[in-house]
Amino acid sequence: MSTNVQKFPSQLPIPVGPEFEPRFPPHSGKLAPVSVRRHAPAVSPEIAKVGLSEICLSYRTQSGERLLALDHINLQVRAGEFVCVVGPSGCGKSTLLHLIAGLHPQTSGQILIDGKPVQGTGTDRIMIFQEHALFPWLTVGQNVEFGMKMKGIPKAEREEKTRYYLKLVHLAKFEKSYIHQLSGGMRQRVAIARALATEPDVLLMDEPFAALDAQTRDLLHDELERIWSETGRTIIFVTHNVREAIRLGDRVVLLTFRPGRVKNEFHVDLPRPRQLEDPTVARAAREILDELREEINRSLEAEYSEGVKPRVDSGVRV
Amino acid sequence: MKRAARFIIFYAALFGLWTLLAELKIWPPYLFPTPWGVGQALYAGFQDHTYFIAIRVSMQRVLIGYSISVVLGMILGLGVASSKFLEETMGGLLVSLQSLPSICWWPLALLWFGLNQNAILFVVIMGSLLSVTLAMEDGRKQMPKIFGQAGRNLGAKGFKLFWYVLLPASLPFIVSGLKQGWAFAWRSLITAEMLYLSLGLGQVLMMGRDLNDMSAVIAVMILIIAIGYMVDGIVFRGMERHLQNKWGLTPAT
Repeated sequence: MSTNVQKFPSQLPIPVGPEFEPRFPPHSGKLAPVSVRRHAPAVSPEIAKVGLSEICLSYRTQSGERLLALDHINLQVRAGEFVCVVGPSGCGKSTLLHLIAGLHPQTSGQILIDGKPVQGTGTDRIMIFQEHALFPWLTVGQNVEFGMKMKGIPKAEREEKTRYYLKLVHLAKFEKSYIHQLSGGMRQRVAIARALATEPDVLLMDEPFAALDAQTRDLLHDELERIWSETGRTIIFVTHNVREAIRLGDRVVLLTFRPGRVKNEFHVDLPRPRQLEDPTVARAAREILDELREEINRSLEAEYSEGVKPRVDSGVRV
Repeated sequence: MKRAARFIIFYAALFGLWTLLAELKIWPPYLFPTPWGVGQALYAGFQDHTYFIAIRVSMQRVLIGYSISVVLGMILGLGVASSKFLEETMGGLLVSLQSLPSICWWPLALLWFGLNQNAILFVVIMGSLLSVTLAMEDGRKQMPKIFGQAGRNLGAKGFKLFWYVLLPASLPFIVSGLKQGWAFAWRSLITAEMLYLSLGLGQVLMMGRDLNDMSAVIAVMILIIAIGYMVDGIVFRGMERHLQNKWGLTPAT
């Protein structure tokens, strides 16, 4: 068995107790931690497509407390790279995407796209939301066209591109349909076409397949991988599903629970296309899951009432 | 079929009762006219163009007044919905003003604008503005935030964001308020027209009273009801159906 997963400890190594050590199955023992890279990002900021440096986000809760949601996030993403961000719910991974998209300002730190700081929203970074973000008052075609219309692209060119991108997601026949007439999987394909049609450099995907059934999700994984390899876009993909992250990502970034910090980064070295049920994928997922479990337990403890300490055991698949 | 039958039976009974009461001559005919008398008054009114002119004048006024209300109301409602300061200050005022019947603005309008069409328009606007404003405010708040985010993300800003995203996204939530605004505008118009010689339907109604012609009064009342109902049925129901087809849901009514 070759090396499937390499660990890159983040700049802030969090002590991992013995109960969180990988215990099943014993890997080939070739998980080489590149600990010398501490403080040195895998991608140098100069060539990074997306560069996050020391991103912090805090906000005031209704009771007036100051809550730190994101804590000194550093992340460099190469052009054309597929990076997955995983973490328990409440770790701020969706918020991180909103910051990159320019929908909210960060409290401190800098977000760079091609070395230039992000100033509000821009069509070089397009977001694909979990669901319900397509415009129900427009047809499928008009939805795909929307970003181009805002950009002021002439009508003829818009129509041509709309047809092209609808064909790319195999929905050419549904150009005139309304959103409510489509299934969940079709809707997310429209969302992908709509995002691609503005020709962004970076796609920000916020758990886009979380609300879909397993078969549809498998299909969309294949489609997304194909579209990614055909269009060469940079993708930052947020999910709570570790297997999905391994299935799709070149790299998996693990965030901690509240405040969100980069706990670890994993380089996924498996050949593509990968299958969700492939044992090598499952094994790589287990590796990450062992680290994620601690964070999930912390999130559960925060969620449950005082005194109860729910724990997720190693048998649980996330 | 059953529904049509019920409809016919109900109106036939109503008509029969009316005819019966009129034919019994409990009250003199100039106080309680027969259906035929009202029919004749309607025919005569259209024959000499009085009603055509009255309808045209009234419709023109209500359209101008209502359009101004919609534009102003949308701006106001959007402002109140997106600014905490405006919500805390103006929000309460708007709700309390709603308890004021619009015709209470009539004396003020007379002093400000004089005895003319503008005074009528002012009353119409005051009658419907608040419904539209409150509906817009509510619609803006009920509208899922994700549409605004997606719109901004796709490059819509400022007026484009409002026109292409926020407005259509909130339409299902404000259509009932627009409808209510229309009803208030129509009522305010007729009331104001009754108080001032103005060529509109309200004046024709009062003319019937002045001439002791109850048939004409009832004829105009029927016209007012019919126009209000037709606009509601054609314009607003059509809009609701259109939205339902697009959104695939039943908009809040």
